[in-house]
Amino acid sequence: MENENQMPATGCVSKPDGEYILSLRHLQKSFGDHEVLRDINLDVRRGEVISVIGSSGSGKSTMLRCINLLEEPTGGEIFFEGKAITDKAIRLTEYRSRVVMVFQQFNLFNNMTAIENCVRPQTVVLHRSRAEATARAREALAKVGMDAYINARPAQLSGGQKQRVAIARALCMEPDVILFDEPTSALDPEMVGEVLSVMRSLAESGMTMIVVTHEMGFARDVSGRVIFMDDGCIEEEGTPREFFGAPRTQRAREFLSRFLGEANA
Amino acid sequence: MEFLSQVVNIVTKYHELLLRGVGYTMLIALIGTLAGLLIGLLTGMIRTAPLSKNSVFRVLHKILNAVIAVYIEVFRGTPMMVQAMVIFWGYAFLNGGNTLPLIPAGIFIVSINTGAYMAEIVRGGIISVDRGQMEGACSVGMTHMQAMIHVILPQAMRNILPSVSNEFVINIKDTSVLNVIGVMELYYMAGVINRINLQIFQTYAVICILYFVLTFTVTRLLRLAEKKLEGAGNYTICGSQSDPAAEIHILKEA
Repeated sequence: MENENQMPATGCVSKPDGEYILSLRHLQKSFGDHEVLRDINLDVRRGEVISVIGSSGSGKSTMLRCINLLEEPTGGEIFFEGKAITDKAIRLTEYRSRVVMVFQQFNLFNNMTAIENCVRPQTVVLHRSRAEATARAREALAKVGMDAYINARPAQLSGGQKQRVAIARALCMEPDVILFDEPTSALDPEMVGEVLSVMRSLAESGMTMIVVTHEMGFARDVSGRVIFMDDGCIEEEGTPREFFGAPRTQRAREFLSRFLGEANA
Repeated sequence: MEFLSQVVNIVTKYHELLLRGVGYTMLIALIGTLAGLLIGLLTGMIRTAPLSKNSVFRVLHKILNAVIAVYIEVFRGTPMMVQAMVIFWGYAFLNGGNTLPLIPAGIFIVSINTGAYMAEIVRGGIISVDRGQMEGACSVGMTHMQAMIHVILPQAMRNILPSVSNEFVINIKDTSVLNVIGVMELYYMAGVINRINLQIFQTYAVICILYFVLTFTVTRLLRLAEKKLEGAGNYTICGSQSDPAAEIHILKEA
């Protein structure tokens, strides 16, 4: 797992030094007058799997996009390994290659085959040799069960297959954190399972993950912590057992009853 | 029948002039289109790039955008024949009567004229690529420029290829206006020929056919290239009705 672009502090995945890999402090984001994120504070430990849930419009995706800096926060700070990422010492592109994102709409490069999707970011961003990048890409595609489709173009793949390739592309960067933005929301129901099982095995391998999701089963069974967002704030957080067993806030209770009610109906 | 024999006569007698005319027409049209495409790519990338946070770059970028906007409006809003006269004689006026060499002047005029159209074509092509493609590229750490080169432009180019072909065909025909500055393209040659044989209709009928053969051939060739670029199995959906074994092909390839 060596990577010359990594800083020295990231040698080992589950370093129990109590240091947070990612911290948000008073994160704010407004689009014009519309305040989407009000005051987000969050600490993420290495190897932690966090599920972010909440009704649509609560700011979940915006928070994730702010972490990857696809949206520029209008206030507050983001710390990566204790350093503010607005700091000039941290290069935006390098930060992004270590905190990668998996999208609802996959966003695979349509002009490239599955394997090229995994190879090109490595050669362009990490300056790896083509041979090395190809070897890693094959490994990553095998990990997500897409090794039979390495020469397929995105248009030839189903949604679930595309998302697995997208996860492989993210893995090839050997990131410290993977952000999942509703990775199964655009999928047909029968394809949700294959993507979730890939994510499950990723979580078990110790990857740090922040997952915006509507899959309550995943949130309950796989994540170590659940964050409930409402109206641009983190309304409640806790272990899945705490949160699903006995939600403290009224909003969370309403959300869960609505959600579970729908699921039972 | 007299007409036919006159046409045959023109072709046999003046084939050298006609071929030279065809050669220059194609040369100017081809280089002009490619150079125009290059201008289009450059301006398209500049105009779709996000403004820098650095205030100096920001101002420079805005000025550049304004210059490009003026360039596009001026060159799309005036006839190429007039542009040819203004540029050719404007150069002579500013250089004490020395004129530009004709063929390079012709290529230059067609290039910047085409560039103005290509600028809009390319910009449209870039915008038409799904936003998610840029986000996907940025999210793994590519810079805007890297994302453009590796992800956006290849897709944009494929989308705009029909428009680029179209510009090429237009240019084959429009090089004829360069006769006003004396470039020896096909139309100019027709003038030379009919001043010798005084058969205006017959001569222009010949070059009319020649123009059509040129444009028709080019259109077919480019159409073929487009199909080729789309790739054979490109959009064979796995297990589709048209090709139930598509998935197996992919497996075999791998």
